[in-house]
Amino acid sequence: MSKSEMIVQAPGISLGQRRKGRLAELLKTLWSYRVSYLFIAPFMICFILFILLPVIAAVVLSFTHYNSIEPPRFVGWDNFRYMLTQDLILMKHALPNTLTFALIVGPGGYVCAFLLAWLISILPAVFRKWFTLAMYTPSLASLVAMSIIWTPLFSSDRIGYLNHFLLNLNLISEPVPWVTSKDHLMTSMVVVTLWKSMGIGFLGMLAGLLNVNPEMYEAGKLDGIRSRLEEIWYITIPATKPQMLFGAVMAVVGAVQISEIGTVLSGMNPTPEYAAHMITTHTDDYAFTRFELGYATALTVCLLTIVYLAQKLCWKLFGTKEDE
Amino acid sequence: MNLAAKLSGWVPWRRRSKLGRWSPTERVAFVLLVLISIFMMLPIVYIFNHAFKPYQELFVYPPNILVRDPSIQSFIELLASTKTTAVPVTRYMFNSFVVTGLSVTLITLFSAMCAYAISKHQFPGHKVVFGTILLTLVFVPETVAIPKYLVVSQLGIFNTYWGHVLPLVAVPTGVFLMKQFIDQVPGELLDSAKMDGAKEWTLFVRIIIPVVLPAIATIGIIAFQSAWQNTETSISYMQDEEMRTFPFYVETLTSGMANSVARQGALAAATLLLFLPNLIIFLAFQSKVIATMAHSGIK
Repeated sequence: MSKSEMIVQAPGISLGQRRKGRLAELLKTLWSYRVSYLFIAPFMICFILFILLPVIAAVVLSFTHYNSIEPPRFVGWDNFRYMLTQDLILMKHALPNTLTFALIVGPGGYVCAFLLAWLISILPAVFRKWFTLAMYTPSLASLVAMSIIWTPLFSSDRIGYLNHFLLNLNLISEPVPWVTSKDHLMTSMVVVTLWKSMGIGFLGMLAGLLNVNPEMYEAGKLDGIRSRLEEIWYITIPATKPQMLFGAVMAVVGAVQISEIGTVLSGMNPTPEYAAHMITTHTDDYAFTRFELGYATALTVCLLTIVYLAQKLCWKLFGTKEDE
Repeated sequence: MNLAAKLSGWVPWRRRSKLGRWSPTERVAFVLLVLISIFMMLPIVYIFNHAFKPYQELFVYPPNILVRDPSIQSFIELLASTKTTAVPVTRYMFNSFVVTGLSVTLITLFSAMCAYAISKHQFPGHKVVFGTILLTLVFVPETVAIPKYLVVSQLGIFNTYWGHVLPLVAVPTGVFLMKQFIDQVPGELLDSAKMDGAKEWTLFVRIIIPVVLPAIATIGIIAFQSAWQNTETSISYMQDEEMRTFPFYVETLTSGMANSVARQGALAAATLLLFLPNLIIFLAFQSKVIATMAHSGIK
């Protein structure tokens, strides 16, 4: 350390040598943290190979015209230009749909997940496991099992459970086409997705809530916290901030990545009048139906940017300072 | 009146006194959760009943949730379905067990190690590493399928168990959740252990792992689910039929046939078999989450 510092500070030494000194210093710092690098190595090797490299390749592909048969041809910003100016379906349906959907389902699912996790966490331990199982079931079951519950419920004829029920109550006079018309498909999708949204974010938050030291609640009571609401606001949320952030980011990611539900519910692809056309569905359409992989990856890069910005917002709202 | 007295005499007094001690909030929570659970649990009830339905009940519309006339003919059909093929159904099952076991172990261990270093060691570049991991959290998996395929082929792990496991290990979610938990572990605890002469690995195994067990159990559940239901690696990276897994086999049961009526029974039985391990692992790991909060003495 001292030797390299001397070299850096000594006057009259050429730039090259000074650079060498700095490099040696850097290497030394890196070497002193070698254990840390060993710790991250197994994951990072897999991560770089199977995620980072493919993602970088995808970003590169987004600047090309590629149909998976001919070699990719570089086209510059053409894909993005086409996206902004000529892709009508994207601008009229996919983008607004994704945004509305994400704005309702993201925060909505997040609040539901937190409330349910909190309700479960205040119950005696005997019941917790079973309620957690119940809430997590929709995520545990496959999409097929899910559609079996919802398809007859939302069926557009008089036999459909929901229509039958509402007709009997005289709330509606004609069967409502819940999933086959463009007016209701979005609503149905939101309901189903909320039902399915108790995923990993919910589990993470529950684990965080159960990890809060009960003594903190007792201390809070002594300090004059009276209602449960105050308890949530002043103790629970600050104590589980990291898990809350995890839940928020997962909610955002989940809300944007939804693609199949609209197709499964309505039984059509594309969905009626593009009512449930999302950016992800749009990408699938270009990638696997038209084999325009260059444009499809450009779409994903665009989606990645949107989600990145949403994620930044989450960190602003829930993130802790680095030195805390 | 008489009946009520009889009933209350019938209920064990222990439980009654426990209920009496519940606060109003807890009672409201309990009732609310019971109501929601009934609706949420429908898929489980459905999957169990569906597997035992005879053929005439499988196609009723709207579908019955409960089975009227249970039979095990679907399971017999599933076992018989591989009689004419070279690979028996048990081989697919065995592959699935190996792949899932390896994946769960490696995913939890690797992501815990990585999260520990990112959270507690201020090594140069730890912010960049974490930032990259977060950024890729959202990449739609389908679009990176082709580059991924090239990587796997370059590594020469086609038709090996590694080809199944390694792509699954690289899931950023685990590191993210684990880091959020490790952030809560006070640095003083680690420092005092270091003073007593503990090496990094000892710190990790003796202090970090026990404290973040809830996170590990949660990641375990997710890892199990993704590995057990994964068909992508079987389709893309395995050319040998012998190396493919059970979910892949289930997918082939009905696809490729002209009508979707054939083998629906076998499919129903297979869905149950696919679902059961998920359920068991979930219950086993989830009780870890609930049990550990008593042990993790720090906060």
